[in-house]
Amino acid sequence: MIADFYNYWVAIILMMIGFYIVISDANLIKKMIGITIFQTSVFILFISMSKVEGGTAPILIDEVTLYSNPLPHVLILTAIVVGVATTALGLAIIARIYREYGTVDENIIHAKDEEEYEDSDEDLS
Amino acid sequence: MDIQTIVDISLLTLLAVTALILLRLNNLLAAVLLSGIYSLLTAGLFVSLDAVDVAFTEAAVGAGLTTVLLLGAVAITGREQSVTRHSRILPIAVTTVTAAALIYGTLDMPKFGDPMAPIHTHVAPRYIEMSGEEIGIPNIVTSVLASYRGYDTLGEVTVVFTAAIGVMLLLGGVIKRKSKPKKHE
Repeated sequence: MIADFYNYWVAIILMMIGFYIVISDANLIKKMIGITIFQTSVFILFISMSKVEGGTAPILIDEVTLYSNPLPHVLILTAIVVGVATTALGLAIIARIYREYGTVDENIIHAKDEEEYEDSDEDLS
Repeated sequence: MDIQTIVDISLLTLLAVTALILLRLNNLLAAVLLSGIYSLLTAGLFVSLDAVDVAFTEAAVGAGLTTVLLLGAVAITGREQSVTRHSRILPIAVTTVTAAALIYGTLDMPKFGDPMAPIHTHVAPRYIEMSGEEIGIPNIVTSVLASYRGYDTLGEVTVVFTAAIGVMLLLGGVIKRKSKPKKHE
Protein backbone atom coordinates (compact mmCIF):
# COMPACT_ATOMS: atom_id res chain seq x y z
CA MET A 1 0.00 0.00 0.00
CA ILE A 2 2.66 2.53 1.03
CA ALA A 3 5.06 1.54 -1.77
CA ASP A 4 2.19 1.78 -4.27
CA PHE A 5 1.55 5.44 -3.54
CA TYR A 6 4.84 6.58 -1.98
CA ASN A 7 5.93 8.58 -5.06
CA TYR A 8 2.62 10.43 -5.28
CA TRP A 9 2.58 11.22 -1.58
CA VAL A 10 6.14 12.54 -1.51
CA ALA A 11 5.31 14.66 -4.57
CA ILE A 12 2.32 16.09 -2.67
CA ILE A 13 4.44 16.75 0.44
CA LEU A 14 7.08 18.54 -1.66
CA MET A 15 4.35 20.53 -3.40
CA MET A 16 2.95 21.64 -0.04
CA ILE A 17 6.43 22.59 1.24
CA GLY A 18 6.90 24.77 -1.84
CA PHE A 19 3.43 26.24 -1.42
CA TYR A 20 4.11 26.93 2.27
CA ILE A 21 7.36 28.77 1.44
CA VAL A 22 5.54 30.87 -1.17
CA ILE A 23 2.75 32.00 1.14
CA SER A 24 4.54 32.22 4.49
CA ASP A 25 7.96 33.67 3.64
CA ALA A 26 8.26 37.41 3.13
CA ASN A 27 11.55 37.27 1.20
CA LEU A 28 10.91 37.34 -2.54
CA ILE A 29 13.96 35.23 -3.49
CA LYS A 30 12.90 32.58 -0.98
CA LYS A 31 9.49 32.66 -2.63
CA MET A 32 11.13 31.92 -6.02
CA ILE A 33 12.91 28.93 -4.44
CA GLY A 34 9.50 27.81 -3.17
CA ILE A 35 8.08 28.07 -6.68
CA THR A 36 10.90 25.93 -8.10
CA ILE A 37 10.22 23.28 -5.42
CA PHE A 38 6.53 23.37 -6.34
CA GLN A 39 7.39 22.95 -10.04
CA THR A 40 9.76 20.07 -9.38
CA SER A 41 7.10 18.25 -7.37
CA VAL A 42 4.79 18.33 -10.39
CA PHE A 43 7.63 16.93 -12.53
CA ILE A 44 8.10 14.08 -10.03
CA LEU A 45 4.37 13.31 -10.09
CA PHE A 46 4.29 13.09 -13.90
CA ILE A 47 7.48 11.04 -14.22
CA SER A 48 6.24 8.67 -11.49
CA MET A 49 3.09 8.03 -13.52
CA SER A 50 5.15 7.24 -16.64
CA LYS A 51 7.09 4.43 -14.94
CA VAL A 52 6.18 0.88 -15.97
CA GLU A 53 7.16 -1.98 -13.67
CA GLY A 54 10.05 -3.85 -15.33
CA GLY A 55 10.21 -1.34 -18.18
CA THR A 56 13.30 0.51 -19.34
CA ALA A 57 14.13 3.98 -20.66
CA PRO A 58 12.22 4.68 -23.91
CA ILE A 59 15.16 4.23 -26.28
CA LEU A 60 14.54 1.52 -28.86
CA ILE A 61 16.85 -1.51 -28.67
CA ASP A 62 16.29 -4.91 -30.22
CA GLU A 63 16.25 -7.09 -27.09
CA VAL A 64 13.77 -4.97 -25.13
CA THR A 65 10.00 -4.97 -25.57
CA LEU A 66 8.77 -3.14 -22.45
CA TYR A 67 9.41 0.59 -22.23
CA SER A 68 8.29 3.28 -19.81
CA ASN A 69 5.81 5.78 -21.22
CA PRO A 70 7.67 8.46 -23.24
CA LEU A 71 4.84 11.02 -23.38
CA PRO A 72 5.11 12.42 -19.82
CA HIS A 73 8.88 12.70 -20.41
CA VAL A 74 8.26 14.96 -23.40
CA LEU A 75 5.78 17.10 -21.46
CA ILE A 76 8.13 17.52 -18.52
CA LEU A 77 11.12 18.24 -20.76
CA THR A 78 9.16 21.21 -22.12
CA ALA A 79 8.00 22.19 -18.63
CA ILE A 80 11.56 22.29 -17.23
CA VAL A 81 12.72 24.72 -19.91
CA VAL A 82 9.63 26.91 -19.57
CA GLY A 83 10.10 26.75 -15.79
CA VAL A 84 13.61 28.16 -15.94
CA ALA A 85 12.38 30.93 -18.26
CA THR A 86 9.69 31.98 -15.77
CA THR A 87 12.20 31.77 -12.91
CA ALA A 88 14.55 34.09 -14.81
CA LEU A 89 11.71 36.55 -15.44
CA GLY A 90 10.64 36.43 -11.79
CA LEU A 91 14.20 37.07 -10.60
CA ALA A 92 14.53 39.98 -13.04
CA ILE A 93 11.38 41.51 -11.56
CA ILE A 94 12.81 40.95 -8.06
CA ALA A 95 16.07 42.68 -9.06
CA ARG A 96 13.99 45.60 -10.38
CA ILE A 97 12.00 45.76 -7.11
CA TYR A 98 15.28 45.74 -5.18
CA ARG A 99 16.62 48.71 -7.18
CA GLU A 100 13.42 50.62 -6.49
CA TYR A 101 12.88 49.79 -2.81
CA GLY A 102 16.30 48.68 -1.56
CA THR A 103 14.86 45.49 -0.11
CA VAL A 104 13.34 42.19 -1.22
CA ASP A 105 11.24 41.79 1.92
CA GLU A 106 7.55 41.93 1.15
CA ASN A 107 6.53 43.38 4.54
CA ILE A 108 9.03 46.26 4.26
CA ILE A 109 7.90 46.92 0.68
CA HIS A 110 4.28 47.16 1.84
CA ALA A 111 5.28 49.48 4.70
CA LYS A 112 7.17 51.73 2.28
CA ASP A 113 4.23 51.79 -0.12
CA GLU A 114 1.84 52.85 2.63
CA GLU A 115 4.25 55.52 3.82
CA GLU A 116 4.46 56.96 0.34
CA TYR A 117 0.69 56.82 -0.02
CA GLU A 118 0.22 58.77 3.21
CA ASP A 119 2.83 61.33 2.15
CA SER A 120 1.05 61.96 -1.13
CA ASP A 121 -2.20 62.36 0.81
CA GLU A 122 -0.62 65.07 2.93
CA ASP A 123 0.67 66.86 -0.14
CA LEU A 124 -2.83 67.04 -1.57
CA SER A 125 -4.54 68.44 1.53
CA MET B 1 11.78 -5.25 -2.23
CA ASP B 2 14.10 -4.95 -5.23
CA ILE B 3 17.00 -2.54 -5.50
CA GLN B 4 15.09 -0.09 -7.70
CA THR B 5 12.35 0.39 -5.11
CA ILE B 6 14.97 0.98 -2.40
CA VAL B 7 16.78 3.61 -4.53
CA ASP B 8 13.45 5.23 -5.39
CA ILE B 9 12.23 5.43 -1.80
CA SER B 10 15.56 6.64 -0.36
CA LEU B 11 15.92 9.37 -3.02
CA LEU B 12 12.37 10.57 -2.39
CA THR B 13 12.97 10.62 1.36
CA LEU B 14 16.18 12.60 0.85
CA LEU B 15 14.23 15.07 -1.31
CA ALA B 16 11.60 15.55 1.38
CA VAL B 17 14.31 16.10 4.03
CA THR B 18 16.14 18.62 1.79
CA ALA B 19 12.93 20.54 1.17
CA LEU B 20 12.13 20.60 4.91
CA ILE B 21 15.61 21.99 5.70
CA LEU B 22 15.10 24.59 2.94
CA LEU B 23 11.86 25.61 4.60
CA ARG B 24 13.64 26.46 7.84
CA LEU B 25 16.78 28.13 6.41
CA ASN B 26 17.19 31.86 6.91
CA ASN B 27 20.51 32.25 5.08
CA LEU B 28 19.66 32.90 1.43
CA LEU B 29 23.00 31.73 0.04
CA ALA B 30 22.66 28.39 1.84
CA ALA B 31 19.07 28.10 0.63
CA VAL B 32 20.12 28.65 -2.99
CA LEU B 33 22.89 26.05 -2.78
CA LEU B 34 20.53 23.58 -1.09
CA SER B 35 18.00 24.11 -3.88
CA GLY B 36 20.78 23.14 -6.32
CA ILE B 37 21.30 19.91 -4.36
CA TYR B 38 17.54 19.39 -4.40
CA SER B 39 17.50 19.65 -8.21
CA LEU B 40 20.40 17.22 -8.52
CA LEU B 41 18.59 14.69 -6.31
CA THR B 42 15.54 15.09 -8.54
CA ALA B 43 17.71 14.35 -11.57
CA GLY B 44 18.92 11.15 -9.86
CA LEU B 45 15.33 10.17 -9.13
CA PHE B 46 14.42 10.69 -12.80
CA VAL B 47 17.19 8.29 -13.86
CA SER B 48 15.81 5.64 -11.54
CA LEU B 49 12.33 6.24 -13.02
CA ASP B 50 13.65 5.65 -16.60
CA ALA B 51 13.33 9.31 -17.64
CA VAL B 52 16.93 9.79 -18.78
CA ASP B 53 16.26 12.76 -21.08
CA VAL B 54 14.38 14.57 -18.33
CA ALA B 55 17.19 13.73 -15.89
CA PHE B 56 19.95 15.37 -17.88
CA THR B 57 17.81 18.39 -18.67
CA GLU B 58 17.01 18.76 -14.96
CA ALA B 59 20.70 18.36 -14.06
CA ALA B 60 21.80 20.96 -16.62
CA VAL B 61 18.94 23.44 -16.42
CA GLY B 62 17.49 22.88 -12.94
CA ALA B 63 20.66 22.24 -10.94
CA GLY B 64 22.91 24.37 -13.15
CA LEU B 65 21.15 27.31 -14.75
CA THR B 66 18.50 27.97 -12.07
CA THR B 67 21.16 27.88 -9.33
CA VAL B 68 23.30 30.36 -11.27
CA LEU B 69 20.30 32.67 -11.78
CA LEU B 70 19.38 32.49 -8.08
CA LEU B 71 23.01 33.11 -7.09
CA GLY B 72 23.03 36.17 -9.36
CA ALA B 73 19.87 37.46 -7.70
CA VAL B 74 21.37 36.87 -4.24
CA ALA B 75 24.55 38.69 -5.33
CA ILE B 76 22.45 41.70 -6.37
CA THR B 77 20.21 41.80 -3.30
CA GLY B 78 22.52 40.69 -0.49
CA ARG B 79 22.57 37.38 1.26
CA GLU B 80 20.92 38.12 4.60
CA GLN B 81 17.32 37.20 4.59
CA SER B 82 15.32 39.53 6.77
CA VAL B 83 13.58 37.41 9.37
CA THR B 84 10.06 38.78 8.99
CA ARG B 85 7.51 36.18 8.04
CA HIS B 86 3.78 36.28 7.75
CA SER B 87 1.78 34.62 10.49
CA ARG B 88 2.16 30.86 10.43
CA ILE B 89 -1.26 29.59 11.39
CA LEU B 90 -3.06 30.38 8.15
CA PRO B 91 -0.37 28.92 5.80
CA ILE B 92 -0.13 25.73 7.89
CA ALA B 93 -3.91 25.34 7.84
CA VAL B 94 -4.14 25.96 4.08
CA THR B 95 -1.31 23.56 3.20
CA THR B 96 -2.60 20.82 5.52
CA VAL B 97 -6.11 20.95 4.08
CA THR B 98 -4.77 21.01 0.50
CA ALA B 99 -2.41 18.10 1.22
CA ALA B 100 -5.24 16.06 2.75
CA ALA B 101 -7.47 16.70 -0.27
CA LEU B 102 -4.67 15.78 -2.72
CA ILE B 103 -3.71 12.59 -0.83
CA TYR B 104 -7.38 11.59 -0.79
CA GLY B 105 -7.30 12.14 -4.56
CA THR B 106 -4.34 9.77 -5.04
CA LEU B 107 -6.12 6.84 -3.39
CA ASP B 108 -7.96 5.75 -6.52
CA MET B 109 -5.01 6.41 -8.84
CA PRO B 110 -3.41 3.41 -10.57
CA LYS B 111 -0.68 1.80 -8.50
CA PHE B 112 2.90 2.98 -9.07
CA GLY B 113 4.44 1.06 -12.00
CA ASP B 114 1.16 -0.62 -13.03
CA PRO B 115 1.56 -1.50 -16.74
CA MET B 116 -2.23 -1.52 -17.28
CA ALA B 117 -2.76 2.07 -16.09
CA PRO B 118 -4.91 4.10 -18.54
CA ILE B 119 -1.96 6.38 -19.31
CA HIS B 120 -0.04 3.44 -20.83
CA THR B 121 -2.83 1.99 -22.97
CA HIS B 122 -3.60 4.96 -25.20
CA VAL B 123 -1.41 6.96 -27.66
CA ALA B 124 1.92 5.97 -26.07
CA PRO B 125 1.96 2.39 -27.47
CA ARG B 126 1.65 3.77 -30.98
CA TYR B 127 4.70 6.00 -30.50
CA ILE B 128 6.65 3.07 -29.03
CA GLU B 129 5.72 0.74 -31.89
CA MET B 130 5.87 3.08 -34.87
CA SER B 131 8.32 5.89 -34.11
CA GLY B 132 11.42 3.80 -34.90
CA GLU B 133 10.05 3.11 -38.37
CA GLU B 134 8.49 6.51 -39.06
CA ILE B 135 11.15 8.86 -37.72
CA GLY B 136 14.18 6.61 -37.82
CA ILE B 137 15.84 7.47 -34.52
CA PRO B 138 15.90 5.13 -31.53
CA ASN B 139 15.14 7.72 -28.85
CA ILE B 140 11.35 7.93 -28.66
CA VAL B 141 11.36 11.08 -26.51
CA THR B 142 13.37 12.91 -29.17
CA SER B 143 11.07 11.63 -31.92
CA VAL B 144 7.97 12.93 -30.14
CA LEU B 145 9.59 16.21 -29.08
CA ALA B 146 11.11 17.18 -32.41
CA SER B 147 8.78 15.54 -34.90
CA TYR B 148 5.30 14.48 -33.74
CA ARG B 149 4.96 17.42 -31.35
CA GLY B 150 7.30 19.81 -33.17
CA TYR B 151 4.83 22.68 -32.95
CA ASP B 152 4.71 22.35 -29.16
CA THR B 153 8.47 22.75 -29.09
CA LEU B 154 8.14 25.81 -31.32
CA GLY B 155 5.68 27.21 -28.77
CA GLU B 156 8.16 26.44 -26.00
CA VAL B 157 10.88 28.33 -27.83
CA THR B 158 8.47 31.26 -28.20
CA VAL B 159 7.89 31.28 -24.43
CA VAL B 160 11.64 31.21 -23.75
CA PHE B 161 12.20 34.01 -26.27
CA THR B 162 9.46 36.14 -24.67
CA ALA B 163 10.94 35.56 -21.22
CA ALA B 164 14.40 36.51 -22.49
CA ILE B 165 13.05 39.77 -23.95
CA GLY B 166 11.26 40.47 -20.67
CA VAL B 167 14.42 39.94 -18.64
CA MET B 168 16.44 42.17 -20.97
CA LEU B 169 13.84 44.95 -20.85
CA LEU B 170 13.55 44.80 -17.06
CA LEU B 171 17.27 44.76 -16.33
CA GLY B 172 18.38 46.96 -19.25
CA GLY B 173 16.00 49.71 -18.14
CA VAL B 174 17.60 49.65 -14.71
CA ILE B 175 21.10 50.24 -16.05
CA LYS B 176 19.90 53.22 -18.11
CA ARG B 177 18.05 54.74 -15.17
CA LYS B 178 20.97 54.29 -12.85
CA SER B 179 23.28 56.39 -15.05
CA LYS B 180 20.77 59.25 -14.99
CA PRO B 181 20.70 61.44 -11.88
CA LYS B 182 17.52 61.15 -9.82
CA LYS B 183 15.27 64.08 -10.49
CA HIS B 184 12.35 63.90 -8.09
CA GLU B 185 12.36 64.71 -4.32
